[in-house]
Amino acid sequence: MLCDLCGKNQATVHLTEIIDNQMSELHLCEECAHKKSLQMEQQFGLADLLAGLAEFGKPGEDAEATRLKCSNCGLSYQDFKKIGRLGCSECYSSFKKYLSPLLKKIHGSTRHLGKSPYKVGAKPRKKLDLAELHLRLQKAIENEEFEEAARLRDKIRELEKKDETK
Amino acid sequence: MNLNDLINHTSEWLRSTGPNSDVVISSRIRLARNLDKVVFSHRATKKQAESTLNIIEQAISTVGYLKKSMIFHLNELDSVDRQFLVERHLMSLEFAKSSNSKAVVVDEQEIVVIMINEEDHLRIQVMQSGFNLFEAFNIINQIDDALSKELPFAFSPELGYLTACPTNTGTGMRGSSMLHLPALVMSGQINRVLQAVAKLSFATRGLYGEGTQASGNFFQISNQVSLGHSEEEILQNLIGLIRQLIEQEQQARQVLLTRNRSLLEDRIYRSEGILKSAHIISSQETIELLSMLRLGVDLNLIKNIDRSTVNELFILTQPAHLQKIENKKLSAQERDLKRAELVRKKLIKS
Repeated sequence: MLCDLCGKNQATVHLTEIIDNQMSELHLCEECAHKKSLQMEQQFGLADLLAGLAEFGKPGEDAEATRLKCSNCGLSYQDFKKIGRLGCSECYSSFKKYLSPLLKKIHGSTRHLGKSPYKVGAKPRKKLDLAELHLRLQKAIENEEFEEAARLRDKIRELEKKDETK
Repeated sequence: MNLNDLINHTSEWLRSTGPNSDVVISSRIRLARNLDKVVFSHRATKKQAESTLNIIEQAISTVGYLKKSMIFHLNELDSVDRQFLVERHLMSLEFAKSSNSKAVVVDEQEIVVIMINEEDHLRIQVMQSGFNLFEAFNIINQIDDALSKELPFAFSPELGYLTACPTNTGTGMRGSSMLHLPALVMSGQINRVLQAVAKLSFATRGLYGEGTQASGNFFQISNQVSLGHSEEEILQNLIGLIRQLIEQEQQARQVLLTRNRSLLEDRIYRSEGILKSAHIISSQETIELLSMLRLGVDLNLIKNIDRSTVNELFILTQPAHLQKIENKKLSAQERDLKRAELVRKKLIKS
């Protein structure tokens, strides 16, 4: 198969693009593939995508947003929109108003339900303990270790009851 | 152990011992973690980045599980060494591009890898052979807990772990499995399958992760969403999806065996023949032929070669690995010769 772009060299790179659920295929030689990949990087980085999302449906944010800067690291909100990366963990509070809708668009949620680090307080760890038990239960069932599974199931029930009564 | 010892050592995830290892090569979980209030790597000055590196190195040395691990500072590695680590999936392509104040910590079995000063201050990764995401999670969870006692991770109760890129916020977790789907590709069903995967907002990537194309029928499937669900839920969803892909691939293999047996056998035995007799072979051709060979081993059509030998060849025939084996720089032409020689030796011996 010859390269779709130059039509001269043998195509060795096969590119599949999915845009809006439409799939297209491109067969390229090494050289054209390299050019194309540079082009794609320039045209369409993750930063652009994120910036596009952040822009979305926010008229009137501008006056305030142009002045907004992170008090900890000094990154401006405008620069965040350009690079698509935050400057430090404090940027999350500094840009909270604009980040929440963005996170909602990316993840469909703005509420963390996963684990927490050791130091941040003991309560959310209960959730993790439960999650861990669920994982082990699933595994025990898969391995047909039914005694262990029953033991884990009882422990999960016990923990869940405790949570409810609190 | 140092970097050169790795060459004679098979990574744990290549052993093809885990569940469903006929279709799933390996499973991987990574967690993105950052230090509270410390400037993220991409905006850090050299001094800030050095200090972050020191703090993290110190903390890692206290974690029992990582006592025997190796640490490689990127500025001490040449380009072949760096590529070598990328080929072994011990660091990302992106990470290898620049070497300022970066390091990668690798445990002896190459199960746990921690990249320091990547996009996030820490990228902790655990690899397992086969379809083993739960096991990988259990290991990484313990390491993460141990590190969180030593390091002040950036965390908010509302948003979870705070990462440089908002696409990782929350759990900071990305789980993925590397699938070998030759039958779905051969029967032309792969596009339909990948479209379905994309619709369910899971990502498909190539052999070397982000920004790489699928080759040799290998596809890496991972979760996109990291916020709003617990780690457990995210993994359950991912596992459910991968389980379906495994079933589809297995069905497609059976269909090929019953309806197109001669065609299938022809492709597999031709691939074996070329691999055992070629004297010049490119890395792309090697990957494609090894993919067919592996299918032959999985379907028990090829009996005298084991899966782990094939797995190992995928890695050993990569450019930097060949140069490490020969212990010198090789041009592309020289590599094609050495590659063919290595493949013949390994396959004819076994």
